[in-house]
Amino acid sequence: MNANTVKNVDVAVIGGGPAGIAAAIAARKEGAERVVVFERDWEAGGILQQCIHPGFGLHMFKEELTGPEYVDRYLRLAEEAGVEFSLNTMVFSMDKPQSFDGRKSASFWVMSPKRGVENIKAKSVVLAMGCRERPAGAHAIAGTRPAGVYTAGTAQRFVNMEGFLPGKKVVIRGTGDIGLIMARRMVLEGAEVVGAFGAMPWPAGLRRNVAQCLDDFGIPCYLGYNVCELHGSKRLEGVSVVQVDRNRRSIEGTMRFVECDTLLLAVGLIPENELTRMAGIKIDSYTGGPVVNEFMQTSEECFFAAGNVVVVYDVVDFVSQEGERAGKAAALYAAGKLEKGPRYFSVEAGPNVKGISPCELTGGQDATLFLRVLEPVEQSCRLYAEPGIFSQKLRYARPSEMNEVRVSAEKLNALPPDVKAIKIGLEIL
Amino acid sequence: MSKTETKKFICVACPVGCALTATIDGTEVLELEGNTCPRGVTYARDEVANPMRTFTSTVRVGGGALPVCPVRSRTPLPLKKVFDVTKEVAKVSLPAPITIGQVIIENICGTGTDIIACRSLGVRPR
Ligand SMILES: Cc1cc2nc3c(=O)[nH]c(=O)nc-3n(C[C@H](O)[C@H](O)[C@H](O)COP(=O)(O)OP(=O)(O)OC[C@H]3O[C@@H](n4cnc5c(N)ncnc54)[C@H](O)[C@@H]3O)c2cc1C
Ligand code: SF4
Repeated sequence: MNANTVKNVDVAVIGGGPAGIAAAIAARKEGAERVVVFERDWEAGGILQQCIHPGFGLHMFKEELTGPEYVDRYLRLAEEAGVEFSLNTMVFSMDKPQSFDGRKSASFWVMSPKRGVENIKAKSVVLAMGCRERPAGAHAIAGTRPAGVYTAGTAQRFVNMEGFLPGKKVVIRGTGDIGLIMARRMVLEGAEVVGAFGAMPWPAGLRRNVAQCLDDFGIPCYLGYNVCELHGSKRLEGVSVVQVDRNRRSIEGTMRFVECDTLLLAVGLIPENELTRMAGIKIDSYTGGPVVNEFMQTSEECFFAAGNVVVVYDVVDFVSQEGERAGKAAALYAAGKLEKGPRYFSVEAGPNVKGISPCELTGGQDATLFLRVLEPVEQSCRLYAEPGIFSQKLRYARPSEMNEVRVSAEKLNALPPDVKAIKIGLEIL
Repeated sequence: MSKTETKKFICVACPVGCALTATIDGTEVLELEGNTCPRGVTYARDEVANPMRTFTSTVRVGGGALPVCPVRSRTPLPLKKVFDVTKEVAKVSLPAPITIGQVIIENICGTGTDIIACRSLGVRPR
């Protein structure tokens, strides 16, 4: 490829959302000279700029902020720390890491309207591209293909940033947080929301969102339902809904027609990892994000990753914390000072847990692992990491809320040498 | 003697979303279970007497980098006033630039709290 210029940076951050911003600040604080955030949008902030509802920053700022306010605070910190932003800049291609003097470094390609194509060489990279919504095509709904079908996040951007309402009578497929939040938002903007229909017997989103987005406004939540068919030729005129069993099989004789002009799809997010794959980085088949260790370091040692690109988070404060960890480690790597621990452990999912990240540990520093339980447990339970390195009693555990497991490096390193795996599980007490 | 009853609801004061069980007498909370922090107590009191919510929406902006700007109530306001507040906020149209924290509507609908801007917004072009 031909580029107008080649730029050398110490730590390159791909994606200017909360994960990327926090990583860049931490990298500067750790002493990295040139830290550049590459962001394809015209401003930094990522998905938070469209999340205008409150609920951000309770851990980091001890205050309940809206998404844009949370971003504003972080952008100020970034400016103070001397982080450079390259906006309107899309990273479109990634080379395989190159070895030089026994250390690896990264090379990738960016495009922007002002400077055209450029090649960036970086001593280390933090991947912070976030995630994307499962699109309409991936939903396998029968019927016609009329206008009026959107992902909930697209509708959120339309209403909160572009200033127009995508429809007047809305059905929501799925009970994920974005769908719940959009239900309330559409009602406040004057639309009618017929209901949110979710396939599982429990809501996918946080309980607080069910309470303050649906219950507050009398919007019904139909659990154990599937939206199975679209009707209408040009514009959506309605959908068919059907009751489903635990295995998501339709129950005969329960299908009915629901009139609406808009369907919002709020069913799942997928980490955005095309660039990660191009770099040849190992991807976890369950989470869809890169496999990382406690330094948020991927299988290619000069690449680090944080935020929704690794695993989908529900609270942004954790994303910022993880970004910090990744940024700090990336700066140390760029300076040739990152020291991994003496051991290697793989982290495995035991009973009733899934999607653990990080899923590799080296005993190099204390680690916080995030995971989700498979099914809601509404009674006393115990979250543990075997053999005997973590145990915590919980009053409940729900798939909509991530759980944390903290393991100290000291405890890991004291384990007998033949222990190579850590098993995390949840038991009901 | 008045009758006590129990009421179950979710604390929405933070994302933990504790399931609260309150023993109430009229609009007074006698006993509370399920909260993991003191904010839950305040929340339960308000929830029984007069539910409060932080209000967020957008206002129209002329000549800005975006056609709308997100706004919020500085502090929570009564849930029962939300639709009145929505109507007032929908009437607003402001010229860019907007500065974060700028007061958009003072003492909205007599609730004692202001509507403020949640972000800064420069003038076009982006
Ligand atoms: C609708 C919604 C509601 C939420 N509500 C809450 C809440 O109430 N409370 C809470 O705490 N958390 C909430 N969250 C979670 C939280 O917002 C996210 O976890 C967090 O924003 C993730 O940050 P991120 O930096 O990983 O990703 P993002 O914010 O998605 O940022 C990724 C950035 O990378 C950029 N990018 C991607 N690919 C490229 C590329 N190739 N080149 C250049 N740039 C690129 C994107 O443009 C984007 O700016 C919500 C999330 C969503 C989606
Ligand atoms: S009781 Fe405290 S911890 Fe629980 S939801 Fe309310 S504010 Fe959060």
